[in-house]
Amino acid sequence: MNERPSPAASRLAAGATPAVSARGLTKRFGELVAVDGIDLEVPRGMIFAILGPNGAGKTTLMRMLATLAEPDTGEASIMGHDLVGEPDEVRGAIAMTGQFASLDEDLTGRENLVLLARLWGFRGRAARERADALLHEFDLAEAATRQVKAYSGGMRRRLDIAASLVVTPSVLFLDEPTTGLDPKARQGVWRMIRGLAEAGVTILLTTQYLEEADQLASRIAVIDHGRKIAEGTSRELKAATGSGFLHVTLGDPGQMHEVTRRLERMLRSQVQQSPEGGIVSTPVASAVEASEVVAALVAAGVDVSGFSMGSPSLEEVFFALTGEMGEADDTQGGDRT
Amino acid sequence: MSRATNGSGVAITRVERPARPSAVSNALVFGWRAVLKFKHVPEQLFDLVMTPIMFTLLFTFVFGGALAGSATDYLQYFLPGILVQTVAFNSVYSGMGLSTDLGKGLFDRFRSLPIWPLAPFAGLMVGDVLRHLIAGAIILTIGLLLGYRPENGVLGIVAGFGLLVAIGFGMGWVFIVLGLLIRTPTTVMTVGFTFLFPLVFASNVMVEPETMPGWLQAFVAVNPISLMATAMRGLLGGGATAAEVGLALLAPLVSTVVLAPTTLWLYLRR
Repeated sequence: MNERPSPAASRLAAGATPAVSARGLTKRFGELVAVDGIDLEVPRGMIFAILGPNGAGKTTLMRMLATLAEPDTGEASIMGHDLVGEPDEVRGAIAMTGQFASLDEDLTGRENLVLLARLWGFRGRAARERADALLHEFDLAEAATRQVKAYSGGMRRRLDIAASLVVTPSVLFLDEPTTGLDPKARQGVWRMIRGLAEAGVTILLTTQYLEEADQLASRIAVIDHGRKIAEGTSRELKAATGSGFLHVTLGDPGQMHEVTRRLERMLRSQVQQSPEGGIVSTPVASAVEASEVVAALVAAGVDVSGFSMGSPSLEEVFFALTGEMGEADDTQGGDRT
Repeated sequence: MSRATNGSGVAITRVERPARPSAVSNALVFGWRAVLKFKHVPEQLFDLVMTPIMFTLLFTFVFGGALAGSATDYLQYFLPGILVQTVAFNSVYSGMGLSTDLGKGLFDRFRSLPIWPLAPFAGLMVGDVLRHLIAGAIILTIGLLLGYRPENGVLGIVAGFGLLVAIGFGMGWVFIVLGLLIRTPTTVMTVGFTFLFPLVFASNVMVEPETMPGWLQAFVAVNPISLMATAMRGLLGGGATAAEVGLALLAPLVSTVVLAPTTLWLYLRR
């Protein structure tokens, strides 16, 4: 095991080449353009989130960056190595934990890790020691000799991530790392991801959970229908949709459509209706604009029983950008995979 | 070695990549995986040996008398053939296993590693060869108990098993390609047996082709399974010519030369 520069030092050296750099990446499957001209630049040592609904193209984008799918057009490099020209160098620098556990279910946790350690070039005892160290780090030592098929979802995910760290990658791709996990296991994975980032690993993760992107990532790219529709820090994305959301509670829910039309005319922005509570919500540029809007509604005879203004949640940002609610996607049957 | 501690007290230790292992080393690791599978899924051995045992016993005692006068006489003809048939049928399981593996994320992990791309398949082959040897040994043992006499002795058996491994190797590529092309394991099995049944039955594995219609005899004469069974009979029972063994090896050789690159192409196609 050699010394690597400390995280701080690698951050200083980050000026050279970004960890991930992509220009115009495109992938088609027949008629479907799964990824449509995406540009991406991820500096070294950062946690970067790709946020989007099911079928937005997140997984395809990730698979291209991990050398598992070849882009139709566009180019990309990982740690300065060209994705298409130097796939082996890229593979030496990355690790990927896919959406579905990439483990051998019949083997024990320890055997899975020893197998990978040997493939990386650890021999005999060194491979076993590397496996045991990982099992210890990921709190799986007690389950080491059990077959993976007997593991819980959380344990499986931990082992899957451990399997990506047999050799510490420069860039770690995590495709929906917490999908299907209970809240406790999700917190565990988040802690693990933060720990890896502290150790200097660049992390590119996809998620359909706005909260996850908000909690973990320094930068977020929002993609929908294969295109990147926004990118920035969580704060920047929120600011880009205006200072906040105005929520108006109507005394007479029957006025909802009329109020929606009125607001759309006044603000030229999308209006979201929540018929259950008789609430309409819309992004506004400022508190002053919000008060003017409410005054105008009252003057027009709308029965306003209450109103409030909040800084937009990432969910509202997502709504404003895509015209649909992120996590509500499933219930709308909006799976476009 | 720098250590960073995350909130949970888990220490992430940075580990560098050791020197890159050789292609052979990669392949052996996958072979080790195949051996581990025997340990953890011993029931696969059951599938592996029950069919050939059944075939040997049923054909010997049900058809043996009618076909060759007596069960023992028939066994003398049939046993080398059933060895070839067993290897062919068992290759189907390997294709099913591959199709199952590909349906999960496991091969994505292998493909994103900097290893020899054919190594996972070489490992599958190691497992296959072990399976063929185990099944072959069991069938031969049963044959010996029932009265089969390999006239060529131990050397003949060693040569015969060598041929068996070569046949299994060649057949293995066919089912690896099917496993790569077909994403449902049961379809691999259906397609595999649909292709193998006529090939095995329309051969000289079970009967001499003399009573078959002429067009079928013409097929049986060039059917690779017939060529393999003929060579196997010669190696075990005596009288094998270099030409017979060469013809038996032709199909495995062609299959390897054509299908190994096809495998690589299908696997790396992305």
